[in-house]
Amino acid sequence: MHDITLYIESYLDSNQTPGTAGNFFWATVYILLVFVGLSIAVIAMNWLERKILAHMQVRLGPMRVGPHGLLQPIADALKLLLKEDIIPAEADATVFWIAPFIVVLAAFTVFVVVPFGPTHAITDMNIGILFMLGVSSLSVLGIVTAGWASNSHYPLIGALRSSAQMVSYEVAMGLAVVSAIMMTSLNDHGTLSMIGIVEAQLAQGRWFIFKFFPLGLIAFGIFAIAMVAETNRAPFDLPEAESELTAGFHTEYSGFRWSLFFLAEYSAMIAVSSIAVTLWLGGWLRPFPNALKGPTADLVFSLIPGITFLFLAAMTFYSTVRMPKHPLFRVQTLGLAGFGVVLAVIGLILFIPGVRVRVQDVFWFSAKVAGFMYLYIWYRGTFPRYRFDQLMKVGWKVLLPTGLALLILTAIVGMRTELLADLQGAWR
Amino acid sequence: MNPIPNPPVATPFFFYLLAFVMIVGGILVITRKNAVHSAMALITTLLAQSGLYLMLYAPFVAGVQIILYAGGIMVLFLFVIMLISIERQVKERPFNKQWVVGIAAAAALGGLFIAVYTTTTQGKVLFPPVGRLSYVESGNTQSIATLLFDRHLGTYMFSFEIASLLLLVAIIGAVVMAKKRI
Repeated sequence: MHDITLYIESYLDSNQTPGTAGNFFWATVYILLVFVGLSIAVIAMNWLERKILAHMQVRLGPMRVGPHGLLQPIADALKLLLKEDIIPAEADATVFWIAPFIVVLAAFTVFVVVPFGPTHAITDMNIGILFMLGVSSLSVLGIVTAGWASNSHYPLIGALRSSAQMVSYEVAMGLAVVSAIMMTSLNDHGTLSMIGIVEAQLAQGRWFIFKFFPLGLIAFGIFAIAMVAETNRAPFDLPEAESELTAGFHTEYSGFRWSLFFLAEYSAMIAVSSIAVTLWLGGWLRPFPNALKGPTADLVFSLIPGITFLFLAAMTFYSTVRMPKHPLFRVQTLGLAGFGVVLAVIGLILFIPGVRVRVQDVFWFSAKVAGFMYLYIWYRGTFPRYRFDQLMKVGWKVLLPTGLALLILTAIVGMRTELLADLQGAWR
Repeated sequence: MNPIPNPPVATPFFFYLLAFVMIVGGILVITRKNAVHSAMALITTLLAQSGLYLMLYAPFVAGVQIILYAGGIMVLFLFVIMLISIERQVKERPFNKQWVVGIAAAAALGGLFIAVYTTTTQGKVLFPPVGRLSYVESGNTQSIATLLFDRHLGTYMFSFEIASLLLLVAIIGAVVMAKKRI
């Protein structure tokens, strides 16, 4: 018994991720935390997407289930679980059965290396970014097999489009990533580890999006375009173009299996956004970690998470006051007030010094990822869908040459910077 | 500090597990009549192989294996297979009648493996005890880069570039053959 408590406590004062420290207990805790957080994020994203899209199109969006439709995702989840799970008679049952699991596995496994903070990752791999790209590229296998196994025309066309699209945009994406990795090697050894990449940005005093201006910005731009195509989202949502292909590769799926595809799509979006945040936007680093140093700035920035949640709570209370004063809306009003209280309590907990110091990395990382999630919804609300030939043209004739030129330029500028630094050192 | 030591990855259990998955996958690849099933079995085999690379403390090679083979090449395989209609695939016989040649080739290859195993492992153990291996997992990417590109130690630079050139020639050849007018 004593051994076990000692084992659990031994990790608490280490400055490594549980995977690197080899602590099974804390690794399991982190895995559970990440997956629970991810599921909550997907549920929240489902509600937010419908609400934000609706407001962009001057509609109200879901309003019936719970106050402001807050319980809509839960109602949807229940509906999906209760629905009949149909396997078409002509389908290849085994492959049809496996395909959604491949997609979900690929989308979730990626989060093993996502660095939410200097120690807040399940593990830190030497090949972190390579692992993320590799495993997330496996999800295309699930999509292709799903489309093929359905043995139906729309899914097959959707799967063909999807595989062609993902394979072509992976190339541009890889080139952008390589240019960011080259930037890590400037002062020190280069690294592929996700935590190492963020630490390199801290050491060089600059997020890689602003490094070698405008090279970092262009690399980020290529990645930001390619990642939308990789996740099959609007305006690159040809594999599931509703107006042409019903629902694309998952037309024949229903109930629980369909919800797996849904889950995988949203967690893949979060995964590529966290790659972008880690590589170019300083990962868990708060804004201005070098320019605004010192205890005062640290204190001010560590208060922001709590203030954000209190602000959200205040907004919720404001809507509670504005709820209709009819007896039929009493339960809904109370529910919304309860939601506001929960947000306020979370905000107050985030002010406790011990919590605040530990959680602020996770907060900054999640806030940046949330920004990308909003962008995804914004794209969907504003851009019309590309035609397939336009899609291929953008991928192969615009992004790929730009990426190659960028790679060479980054190498040249990086060599020059190192050479100048050497010369200065010799001269001094 | 840590009362329970960090167990190594390279244990016999994992080796036999991955080897079993690979062998079963390999057998399925040649016995399935449906080409898509074969391709999926091949993917399983390749993933298990990348697990074996991890056991050899070569994470970079494992990652590249996943990206290139499982994520890239197999997608293209499936892409092509999907375009062939299912009915025609089912009719195709996966085996031909060359039993004698096949058995002879298999026996020769098996004999070679056994010979290599018995001659090279004399006086050695298959799984060295914990602590005897001194591979540093965290330096794998860097050491591969040193072997390839370093100014003094980069002995494989030439062969690496030749291989890349060969691939480039193949790509250009494919484009030339596929396109009628360039």
